[in-house]
Amino acid sequence: MKNEEKDISHKEDLLCFHCGDICKDKSINKEEKIFCCQSCKLVYEILQENNLCKYYDIDNNPGISPSIRSDIKYEYLDEETTKRQLLDFGDGKISTATFSIPQMHCSSCIWLLESFYKLDPGVTHSQVNFPEKKFIFRFLEEKTSLRKIAELLDSIGYEPMINLDATERKSRELYSKKLYYKIGVAGFCFGNIMLLSFPEYLGIDKAADPMFYQLFGYLNLILSLPVFLYSSSEYYISAYKGLKSKVINLDFILFLGILVLFVRSVVEIITQSAAGYMDSMSGLVFFLLIGKVFQSKTYESMSFERTYKSYFPLSITILKNGTQSTVPLAKLRIGDRMIIRSGEIIPADSILFKGDGNIDYSFVTGESMSTQKVMGEIIYAGGRQIGSAIELEVLKDVSQSYLTQLWNSDTFTKTDESRLQTFSNTISKYFTIAILILAFGAAAYWMSTSINMALNVFTAVLIVSCPCALALAIPFTYGNVMRIFGRNKFYIKNTFVIEKLSNATSVVFDKTGTITQNKKSLITFEGRELNEFELSLVKSLSRQSTHPLSRKIFDFLERYETKEVTDYFEYVGKGVAGEIEGLGVKMGSEEYVTNTDSDIHYNHENSASRVYLSINDVILGYFNVSNSYRAGLAEVVQKLEKNYSLHLLSGDNEGERGFLQSYFKDPLQMFFKQTPENKLKYIKALQNEGENVLMIGDGLNDAGALKQSDIGISISEDVSNFSPACDGILNSEEFPSLPNIIKFSKDSFKIIIFSFAASFVYNLLALGIAVDGLLKPIVAAILMPVSSISVVVFCVVSTNYFAKRRKFK
Amino acid sequence: MSVIVVLIGVSVFVAVGFLIAFLWAVKSGQYDDRYTPSVRMLFDDEKKKEEDPK
Repeated sequence: MKNEEKDISHKEDLLCFHCGDICKDKSINKEEKIFCCQSCKLVYEILQENNLCKYYDIDNNPGISPSIRSDIKYEYLDEETTKRQLLDFGDGKISTATFSIPQMHCSSCIWLLESFYKLDPGVTHSQVNFPEKKFIFRFLEEKTSLRKIAELLDSIGYEPMINLDATERKSRELYSKKLYYKIGVAGFCFGNIMLLSFPEYLGIDKAADPMFYQLFGYLNLILSLPVFLYSSSEYYISAYKGLKSKVINLDFILFLGILVLFVRSVVEIITQSAAGYMDSMSGLVFFLLIGKVFQSKTYESMSFERTYKSYFPLSITILKNGTQSTVPLAKLRIGDRMIIRSGEIIPADSILFKGDGNIDYSFVTGESMSTQKVMGEIIYAGGRQIGSAIELEVLKDVSQSYLTQLWNSDTFTKTDESRLQTFSNTISKYFTIAILILAFGAAAYWMSTSINMALNVFTAVLIVSCPCALALAIPFTYGNVMRIFGRNKFYIKNTFVIEKLSNATSVVFDKTGTITQNKKSLITFEGRELNEFELSLVKSLSRQSTHPLSRKIFDFLERYETKEVTDYFEYVGKGVAGEIEGLGVKMGSEEYVTNTDSDIHYNHENSASRVYLSINDVILGYFNVSNSYRAGLAEVVQKLEKNYSLHLLSGDNEGERGFLQSYFKDPLQMFFKQTPENKLKYIKALQNEGENVLMIGDGLNDAGALKQSDIGISISEDVSNFSPACDGILNSEEFPSLPNIIKFSKDSFKIIIFSFAASFVYNLLALGIAVDGLLKPIVAAILMPVSSISVVVFCVVSTNYFAKRRKFK
Repeated sequence: MSVIVVLIGVSVFVAVGFLIAFLWAVKSGQYDDRYTPSVRMLFDDEKKKEEDPK
């Protein structure tokens, strides 16, 4: 994908031997292997030294280019309290711990990480859990430490993501294990009860050997106890919870069905009047639990519940009486003097004390250009410092800062379930009432004949109408849809999202990073046409700078040569200058390059930012750098426009209003310079008008809106990376398929309605038999699995069919 | 016919054995990661590689 976007006229693709990125030139090489950057080469050298080059044989170009190193990044891991939180086990000599490494992506990664003992002899054992992107290791305290391991991992490109609150994950693990236990027990009992019920199915004469019937009956009774008491306990709890909050949910009818099946069977077995329906009951529970597993597939490696805490560093360097020390973020106090290095995020509102601030707020506000700050200015939390290190004095606590206050709003304290009025809950209410009326009606009718018969019919109705098919249709349809979405790089938190997605009535977009692309910018040059030599000068100069605009221009000019730059200077907030082959080259703001008094640093009123260029003090013109829109945006808007009201909320300036107007027809629904709170309030206002809002955003600045909306989808270029709390994560490549995703979720809703209708027919058929009092065990034994399995097959097959029609993989 | 009683007893006994094996497998974490072991088993042992230099 990456290669296609690049210029085709590119001489030949020089792929980095380590990470597979395109190399700008051949300058960085070793033993005929080319690398894209020094850090990739460094990793190669480390691996080579330790005889680990097999890493490159398993997968092609498996490596990850490591991030810029900073020696104190992991210093906090030496601290006792932090260490204790991270260790799974530790006796002072041998310890085990788990790191989360989102970067692992191929079998080479698994191999390298499991051979980690070769890199660090202090690590005695290491194991990878690939689906969860976890690295579990055991190490000797005297030979190595958590910090050393983290630093070593970082240096070979596997930057560990250290999260101190791991409690949530553990409870989920425990839950999924419990579900497996329950299925195991239910399956075991179901199989054995079926086996023992065979004489009954075959209609072998009871009188021949009554002892067997008695024995089999009691065995069935014993075998059904674990199913009734243990495997199905979840449904009882859920039904009870529903009743407590005055909701009759689907689980309540299931509970009713299971209870009646069990009680009637016990009575029949003990009185020896019949064989009971233990097989049906255990089968029902078994199928239901399988549906639960199918539905509960989660994307363990992704987190949908991130708060600001996962964006912020875990520890911070503070300066006290002239000495530096690292403290955990929680211990940061007002008045502390902190040191923020290049690339670090500022965790609390503070005053700039020393150094040149060049703060990139892109993931807080969506504004793509960094802002300059001078001493004494207030810097809000969430910005990332670019350039040299700065000293700041903390003004507010981390949790009271401008940015983090968003999380104190009640949107974030509300639980999800309170507004979960699902379709199944609505329908099950009416279903239950109808069934109860029917059961009592039939019982009343037979009452005149005999009480026995009335009881018989009453229980039979409840048994037959047990909405087994209904309860299976939802997990299997949505579970399958979730898998199809996952294959197409759209990852959702749980299956409820699909239903909510199909109910959406309006769609709200964020601008920066959502409908614009971060990677590729549209760059044009205004002024005299530049020749190849001049362009290579520009490239060489922009290579020196880390400013986003320089990076963009550098990437744009990728096929030109780079030359050596001498006398390089970077004037923060203004521009860069350098001498290349005797020529003085300057690039930067209009003010800086043209020496005019204009105080516009970046031309915010226009749609693009301008970078002026002069060579030997001759002004040649300027580069127009604009954000480019995602491929397929026009079609997405066009398709959605018909059925949804579309809105745009941007934290950016109005520069591109004119251009966007050609996409979003209604100018009233386009808002610029929106703060995160504004966005949240806007969504709330829409919801008050009765709209079901689908919010599509990306950065931290959309976090409130994503949470408040009925469905929040975040767009991400790399799904293992940053994404705020949301219901789903969509890979940016798949942005054009957004309308199809919504359509497909509507299809799946129709499939469920249809399976409901089908199961209704089954139930009516069976009810006819039951009301007449003719329900034989053999009929029940066949009807129950047949109806369940046919519903499951129908749901899976039809979702696959619709997926193909919507052109999903 | 009473041999059936014995057979039933044996079959239930065997089935319980499998159930316990399954529960043990879940408990010991064999179902936690159903992907990595499939990759891991394809890696060659280091010693073999030394014997067979390419």
